[in-house]
Amino acid sequence: MMATTATPETLPVHDDHAHAHDDHGAPPFFQRWFMSTNHKDIGTLYLIFAIMAGVIGGAVSGIMRAELAAPGIQYLGWWTTFLGGDGANFDETLHLWNVLISAHGLIMVFFMVMPAVIGGFGNWFVPIMIGAPDMAFPRMNNISFWLTFFAFISLMTSAFMPGGTGMGAGTGWTVYAPLSTYGSPGPAVDFAIFSLHLAGAASIMGAINFITTIFNMRAPGMTLHKMPLFVWSVLVTAFLLLLALPVLAAAITMLLTDRNFGTTFFDPAGGGDPILYQHLFWFFGHPEVYIMILPGFGIISQIVSTFSRKPVFGYLGMAYAMVAIGVVGFIVWAHHMYTVGLSVNEKMYFTAATMVIAVPTGIKIFSWIATMWGGSLEFKSPMWWALGFIFLFTVGGVTGVVLANGGIDDNLHDTYYVVAHFHYVLSLGAVTALFAGWWYWFPKMFGKMHSEFLAKLQFVVFFIGVNTLFFPMHFLGMQGMPRRYPDYTPAFELWNKVATDGYMIMSVSIAIFFVNVFWSLAAGKKAAPNYWGEGATTLEWTLTSPPPFHQFETLPVIDDKATGGH
Amino acid sequence: MNTLSETAPQPARSNGRVALFALSIALGMLGLGYASVPLYRIFCQVTGLNGTTQRVDAAQANAVAVTDKQMSIRFDANTAPGLAWDFKPENPTETVTIGARDMATFLAKNNSDKPITGTATFNVTPTQAGVYFSKVQCFCFTEQTLQPGEEVRMPVLFYVDPAIIDDPDTSDIEQITLSYTFYESKKG
Repeated sequence: MMATTATPETLPVHDDHAHAHDDHGAPPFFQRWFMSTNHKDIGTLYLIFAIMAGVIGGAVSGIMRAELAAPGIQYLGWWTTFLGGDGANFDETLHLWNVLISAHGLIMVFFMVMPAVIGGFGNWFVPIMIGAPDMAFPRMNNISFWLTFFAFISLMTSAFMPGGTGMGAGTGWTVYAPLSTYGSPGPAVDFAIFSLHLAGAASIMGAINFITTIFNMRAPGMTLHKMPLFVWSVLVTAFLLLLALPVLAAAITMLLTDRNFGTTFFDPAGGGDPILYQHLFWFFGHPEVYIMILPGFGIISQIVSTFSRKPVFGYLGMAYAMVAIGVVGFIVWAHHMYTVGLSVNEKMYFTAATMVIAVPTGIKIFSWIATMWGGSLEFKSPMWWALGFIFLFTVGGVTGVVLANGGIDDNLHDTYYVVAHFHYVLSLGAVTALFAGWWYWFPKMFGKMHSEFLAKLQFVVFFIGVNTLFFPMHFLGMQGMPRRYPDYTPAFELWNKVATDGYMIMSVSIAIFFVNVFWSLAAGKKAAPNYWGEGATTLEWTLTSPPPFHQFETLPVIDDKATGGH
Repeated sequence: MNTLSETAPQPARSNGRVALFALSIALGMLGLGYASVPLYRIFCQVTGLNGTTQRVDAAQANAVAVTDKQMSIRFDANTAPGLAWDFKPENPTETVTIGARDMATFLAKNNSDKPITGTATFNVTPTQAGVYFSKVQCFCFTEQTLQPGEEVRMPVLFYVDPAIIDDPDTSDIEQITLSYTFYESKKG
């Protein structure tokens, strides 16, 4: 059984490709970047977009952490005035808080993590890894990107629209009715919902594109069971998108008609039920968290395999563990809703079903460890990030098993314990996987070697920062500090102060990231085709760094026998 | 070095067909999202989820055996903000015999100077008792229109299903709260 694909010797190397086909070179600047149909350029656009959105979403959390550093309201009034509101109106300043938490959640989920892992790395490496020249529908790929872009503009615009108590949509990323219906008059929430419609449509188109590409455009010999695990992860993610996002689209369309056209889907006055919105939202929302993390799993598998110089342990188990996580992810949604009045039997079911997810997730963690076991380990910067991911994701997974219990969740629901949990799996898990993938593929994408020292320094500072930031939130949550408030009793001050210090440490690591990126692009050494050496066996390492504008015009053939067979 | 020749067989499925297949999944899920609205209502009605009470006809009610066990029923009446009605139960609690029909009366008065049509939502707590709380007649089945200053007495005819005694999830229940909230009716 071969876990990776083929060794470079069996494949055509396309060093001279760009020169041989001058007529296929890159078009002029405007056409290339604004009308792009090239999967690598669109991937780059997605990555730039995700980095910018991440900076904005991170800055929003900076305002939040500054406000929470001490009890009382310190900065919200100033920010309300700065954003064009009335800072002297206390209710309006508190509304700004709701706008900030909503914006942070929506930006990080829809405009940072998803565009980066699926739109960015997915676009860049799925076609290359399966030996395809491009995506199946290059122009639809372009539409996906620009829809995502305008979705972001719509969300940003909502911040300057009346949203009820103040400016902006203050509904949380979950947009629960009735707060989001008659609780928030004004166009802000409509703009936020429209933003989700656009981003959702973009993602569904992206998913259709990935599924068609992976099913139809694999190079000869690249069977489904030989695909690199990153491709598997994007395939499973694409199906999750296809199954989950339309349900969100239905739910928020109902919100929109409830708000503007007098329907009562979620309004008891007309026979509706607001709890139904929560069911629909989380039927989407739970698969959504796997949408964010599964491509990260794929990235980590490639990296651990590369730097252990071994195929991934239990390749088929790893692939089908992701399928299992995706399937089970659709039948656990109500564990986000334990406090809406579920019966004991419903809670028992959702507790048990949720805990089942620990099994395929455990298979992945143990298989990564087994891959490293006995491997020829090399601790390059992506491996540092990958090891950090495995640790941080496991911590988040453990608190997830705690929260899965309906009885315990009655106490911890909507406390900082939950905030700590999902930031460990997403902020620290998905983002660590993003940085791992970034430094793994940065020289491949941009042709310049990065500074290993700075990438490792960034990891160390980031690791210390995020743990200082999020670990104390477990204590705060256990002590009962609720989420979504800008103020708290002074009893919670110590750990909030520590968390804000952690934020500042983490932000230093982001500065190091940018220094490394710009220094490398300006002065980095030229990257070789396969700069990680013999452990890197997937097809992207057979191409130049950066790859030619069009790769695989002659399809590579994946010959199982030539690899010596696994 | 192996390369694919010009005459290599094309994939069995065209890109368009796979895309159409994927699109139909997405559209199917969109439809399911909307289908969930009636499905959810039916599911609640059938299973008593969220404390949804059961609706029965007189023939079914007559077929129920009366037991010798008692159950306390508390009545709770609320109005949505902005609805200018007084709404309260005649008696806050009543003790009923499990299996026997009982009639409770609620009083509503329109304090405004214009006619208002209201509709009431309802459930019982503990929610697991919903499936055993059967209503034969209820003012909540239809909309109620009150003229300015009009005061009405609104009856609920109900019984508690004797099966509540045998269900381990409900056998220890000593009191059921029946709650109503009146909203100004919206056509939806």
